[in-house]
Amino acid sequence: MSGFHDILLMKHELLLVISALVIIIADLFYSGNNKSGIINFSLILFFIITVISFVPTGTGNLFGGSFQGSSLTDFMKDILNVAVLIIFLQSESYLKKPENVEKVGEFFAIILMTIVGMDFMISAGDFLTFFIGLETASIPVAGLAAYDRYKSKSAEAGVKLILLSALSSGVLLFGLSMIYGATGSIYFVDIASKITTSPLIVIGFIFFVSGMAFKLSLVPFHLWTADVYEGAPVNVTSFLSVVSKGAAAFIFTIILFTVFKNIVHVWEDVLYALAVLTMTIGNLFALRQDNIKRFLAFSSIAQVGYILLGIMGTGALGMTSMVYFILIYVFTNLAAFGVAAAIYNASGIENISGYKNLYSTNPKLSLLMMLAMFSLAGIPPVAGFFGKFFLFTSAGNKGYFILVLIAVINATISLYYYLMVVKSMFIDKTDTPIVTFKSSVPMRISLVICAIGILSVGFFSGIFEYIMSLSSIIF
Amino acid sequence: MDILSFLVIIPVLTVIGILFSNNLKGTRVISAIGMGVQLLLSAYLVFYYLAVKGTGDLHEMIMVSDHMWFPSLNIHYVVGVDGIAIAMIALTAIITFAGIFASWEMKNLHREFFITLILLATGVFGFFISLDLFTMFLFYELAVIPMYLLIGIWGTGPKEASAMKLTLMLMAGSALLLVGILGLYFNSAPDGGQYTFNILEISKVHIPIAAQRLFFPLTFIGFGVLGALFPFHTWSPDGHASAPTAVSMLHAGVLMKLGAYGCFRIAMFLMPEAAHEMAWIFIILTSISVVYGAFGAIKQKDLKYINAYSSVSHVGLILFALLMMNKVAVDGAILQMISHGLMTALFFALIGMIYGRTHTRDITKMGGLMKVIPFLSVMYIIAGFASLGLPGFSGFVAEMTIFVGAFQHSDMFHRVATILVISSIVVTAVYVLRVVGILLLGPIKHEEHLKLKDAKWYERLSTITLLTAITGIGILPLWLSDTILGSLQPFVEKLAVFLN
Repeated sequence: MSGFHDILLMKHELLLVISALVIIIADLFYSGNNKSGIINFSLILFFIITVISFVPTGTGNLFGGSFQGSSLTDFMKDILNVAVLIIFLQSESYLKKPENVEKVGEFFAIILMTIVGMDFMISAGDFLTFFIGLETASIPVAGLAAYDRYKSKSAEAGVKLILLSALSSGVLLFGLSMIYGATGSIYFVDIASKITTSPLIVIGFIFFVSGMAFKLSLVPFHLWTADVYEGAPVNVTSFLSVVSKGAAAFIFTIILFTVFKNIVHVWEDVLYALAVLTMTIGNLFALRQDNIKRFLAFSSIAQVGYILLGIMGTGALGMTSMVYFILIYVFTNLAAFGVAAAIYNASGIENISGYKNLYSTNPKLSLLMMLAMFSLAGIPPVAGFFGKFFLFTSAGNKGYFILVLIAVINATISLYYYLMVVKSMFIDKTDTPIVTFKSSVPMRISLVICAIGILSVGFFSGIFEYIMSLSSIIF
Repeated sequence: MDILSFLVIIPVLTVIGILFSNNLKGTRVISAIGMGVQLLLSAYLVFYYLAVKGTGDLHEMIMVSDHMWFPSLNIHYVVGVDGIAIAMIALTAIITFAGIFASWEMKNLHREFFITLILLATGVFGFFISLDLFTMFLFYELAVIPMYLLIGIWGTGPKEASAMKLTLMLMAGSALLLVGILGLYFNSAPDGGQYTFNILEISKVHIPIAAQRLFFPLTFIGFGVLGALFPFHTWSPDGHASAPTAVSMLHAGVLMKLGAYGCFRIAMFLMPEAAHEMAWIFIILTSISVVYGAFGAIKQKDLKYINAYSSVSHVGLILFALLMMNKVAVDGAILQMISHGLMTALFFALIGMIYGRTHTRDITKMGGLMKVIPFLSVMYIIAGFASLGLPGFSGFVAEMTIFVGAFQHSDMFHRVATILVISSIVVTAVYVLRVVGILLLGPIKHEEHLKLKDAKWYERLSTITLLTAITGIGILPLWLSDTILGSLQPFVEKLAVFLN
């Protein structure tokens, strides 16, 4: 296999790089009063490449196995593209604010560059590509977190993110170097065949997991999450919590399932402990949060804990339940962040206690927020129920019933704080609710997409079956 | 499309219809029509079932319809009913219908109220027609969560706290249940082959005893929480006291029975050996429920608390009867589900109507209501008589059957438990008659109460619907018994294998 046709396996990455460059160049031509025209330009451009990316290009690998392309990785990249499209739609009114209008082009270009990194990471066939992808995906995000540079909290978030990213990357790289030292290869396939439970490899593995745990904000590596999420602009926070995490969880699963396949008993124990800690601590800290971004930060920590349960199921079912959950999580969390952003843009309020009686003034937003909360809590008939059920099924498949029990008890605890948001919007009374407002058209489109996703992904079993068929080919 | 799915589709259509109405009149008329159709459909099901059984049909379930949903996990959408499920569906339809009329004058956010209420009913109907554990669980949770909004928004008193307590306790129950369901699923093919969520298929498999010992208590307690099993009953008094009328009716009338039904249909039916082994623990707990609930009711002053504790006691009796595991007692348990469902719904409806007039539920502040609102008062007395098991009403038939069944066990443990539980009837008589005496008879305590008006037409319709059903069962119990008994056979047979 060689030739031009093969390069199309990288269609996501190529398109993204091209459009990022186009946006940077186009940014030069938009100036002065029509500066915000770049927003519409970027939106349309990105919409087009998202649609084009759906065209299937088949399976194969490039550069001697450094780049692996399969239908499953394509699907994952499509999920990320859709998520980013939703985030772009939600950012429109934020970017139109006068203080942001000068740096709009950067916003789009940086995010696109970040996804290029993630896409390479997802398709990695060796640890080098993986690491370069990971870094490309991490460093620009720090810039985004500090996007509100006139706010000290935002700047703080950027610094925290870059420092801790660097630290975690160092830890990760240290682990990888040990694995390289023990096996003499950086290729996933080679390592998988040579892997043993020698102390060096196990220590290397632990470092690798610690590094990934930073990116995934697993407890006890989660401490940066809440501060960064709170400080960064809402749309960047949603990007961090949905896209970054989704991509990291995916490649983490791939590496566990392929490279460390033969030492399952080692990583099962590690993941077991991490899952219990992550779910429990994430939930307990979420209980007392009032700031919606901090609240969603801890909630997203807990959600990753549930994802670990799916991963522990291993095999096609584990992979499927994980990807399926991420898909649902994209719609659900972006709905929650979208509503939070809409409210913030209109009123500057980002506290849950400020949402009191929102239903009387903005019923549609409240209903969507309620759906999102129910979906996060895993209440039927919305999609989150299906996502969580299949994660638990995956863990049950391997007989981890005690772990499932811990998870469902955690889910019950989480219901408390998700219901507190519902309570604030629907039950609590106040004389001064947030006044009725109309969000911008792109925001409304994005919220409608999320609502459709939340309501339909679960019921249409075809989606789950499709992911299952993709995963079954590989595992 | 099969007929049974219409039990879910009609409520959903009703909800969509309500979305298009913009005033209270339209909303309640659409709700009433929707639930009226539902009532007719369930009546049709009863007749259809009796007709089918009359022809000697020996299938366990009728009207079974099976659609594949998630092929890779072998999750199906399977519906089908037997006599017990049909009886429960009819109960739900009657109570929902009566509940709509009991909320006829809902002022605050009426559209949302009726939508949420009907969604709740949808979950219950869906639960009773499902034969697949996955869909059953889905509908079960769907029935629990609207409760939070219903109590939180339209409730009275410390409603936020009660709503949260109720929701969290019930969801904790359903969390245990989820583990139980997954356990059943992964043990449904011990000899290899494909796992299944289908109840009928699982019931043919012998689940390993070690798995039964682990998952039976989880499943039983999971459903038991909803059935107010001691010590998991504490949501019930607070929740019922804070809930709006129709919600109390539906919740005490149907949802608590749904818990008992689940204990019976899933926990005990699918895991009979563990059920047999562990019955003694739950017999003790349910006996406590029965006695404790009855004594709790004596000390209360709030009408709703009285009835809520009384529900704990009566639903405890249902679970107790199920654990006796013989045909007569289980028959009595199902009868009691129907009987208590109707009776408690009538109680809660009346309490709501009285509260709407006097604006208090404290019995010490009221008196002599018989003189001013005779219709409601007489209804209340009738409901009370049904509750304490007076012959001629449904309560008598059910309790009599239960005690006859329970006495078939001749060992000491069962005898003592049975006698304790029977003694609660006396206590029931005390608290029912106490309320009647204080509330309805005697002098009128407040002058404003002289101006009270008796029931309006919709209130009469609501209560008479329920009363007709109660006396109907009391006078013609065999008709209902026939519907139930045939379906009990497979259950009893399965349990009998493990009875020494």
